[in-house]
Amino acid sequence: MRALFLRDLALALRAGGGFGLGLAFFLIVVVLVPFSVGPEPALLARIAAGVLWLGALLACLLSLDRLLAVDFEDGALDLLATSPLPLEGIVAVKAAAHWVTTGLPLVLVAPVLGVLLNLPAAGYGVLVLSLGLGTPALSMIGAFGAALTVGIKRGGLLLSLLVLPLYVPTLIFGAEAARRAALGLEAGTPLLLLAGITAGVLACMPFAAGLVLRVNLR
Amino acid sequence: MSLWEYANPVKFLALSARVQPWLWGGAGLCLVVGLVWGFFFTPDDFRQGSTVKIIYLHVPSALMAINAWFMMLVASLIWIIRRHHVSALAAKAAAPVGVVMTLIALFTGAIWGQPMWGTWWAWDPRLTSFLILFLFYLGYIALWEAIEDPDTAADLTSILCLVGTVFAVLSRYAVNFWNQGLHQGASLSLDKEENVADVFYFPLLVCIGGFVLLFLALVLYRTGTEIRVRRTRALMAREAGAARVEA
Repeated sequence: MRALFLRDLALALRAGGGFGLGLAFFLIVVVLVPFSVGPEPALLARIAAGVLWLGALLACLLSLDRLLAVDFEDGALDLLATSPLPLEGIVAVKAAAHWVTTGLPLVLVAPVLGVLLNLPAAGYGVLVLSLGLGTPALSMIGAFGAALTVGIKRGGLLLSLLVLPLYVPTLIFGAEAARRAALGLEAGTPLLLLAGITAGVLACMPFAAGLVLRVNLR
Repeated sequence: MSLWEYANPVKFLALSARVQPWLWGGAGLCLVVGLVWGFFFTPDDFRQGSTVKIIYLHVPSALMAINAWFMMLVASLIWIIRRHHVSALAAKAAAPVGVVMTLIALFTGAIWGQPMWGTWWAWDPRLTSFLILFLFYLGYIALWEAIEDPDTAADLTSILCLVGTVFAVLSRYAVNFWNQGLHQGASLSLDKEENVADVFYFPLLVCIGGFVLLFLALVLYRTGTEIRVRRTRALMAREAGAARVEA
């Protein structure tokens, strides 16, 4: 399991792995927002938390179609499936590697981009906390979506159509927590609900994803 | 004699052929009676005027939009557990009907909302969760369309249906938390206190009955079509194989 995790990390980090693409995308989204809504600081301060959450979510989505498809095409997934490791575990490990290479950098970069969007000072801590709590769920749900569409040629668009509705609860609670904190309100309730959703997703989704992957490898 | 005998496509088709005329007739009768009664023989509401009458389309279609998904959930479970092909095809057949019901509910709601709330659309929890339900339907149908092998498609879509149900329910509560609503409470419930007035209540019940019958008729009809499509494909594959052997 650890070997698989390290292998996925190494593949993502080396040339051609697409590491950093998500970050660049996140940066570009954040840069484009003031162009589209105007540069007034008050307006940006109000929408900053939501924009950062949406940007992080889209950046996460961007790299999902590589999560399993590459290994599926070159046959590595078939080999992994015949290994003693259960498929549920394989999906979970791959989702974890995806989070470390995509979600974690986004969490770390978000406060810097918050400065660009004039995020109020009170919001930084909760923004990082909510992204840190929420992005693992995004990766795990995304792994389920990737497992669903792994056998489909050009399944990228379909993947977004399937995964984005599943992201709704995570986005609502995460963005709500960040927004409340930025406005100086109490953010504990949405944070707890977000943590609950993430915990539930991490506990249940590997099984759904493993089931789906088994069907696709049949 | 058990219910599972109708998992046999031949028996299912025979039953559905026998039942369908009654369903279509009943649906037509209920809808004509309910809508005519509702539109022309109920008084205007003293505040809403005649716009109140859109309730005869809005409430039944919204009800069926949710129940269609629920029926797909049950059919998916039957497919996963007992692997009856008819069940998987019924789930497939119900999805587009559900989409149309969702759209009718959204559009009639918008038409009613414009004069009453002064807006076509509001990010109200009920409206928003319906829009999300619509997205779930789209994803489900798209997944069916994208996969060629019918058994794989049935497996994947039924798992998506199960997972989607959980997330649709979660979204419903999340959306509730996120924004306060404009939408009024339930029009119908088993507690008499909350219901709409009796003059509107009985034609509404007839309309709901009509929509239920219409939904059943459409699903049976579409399931029959799916079964025949699959049978045709099997026959063509067999003939192609025979031709190859002769050549």
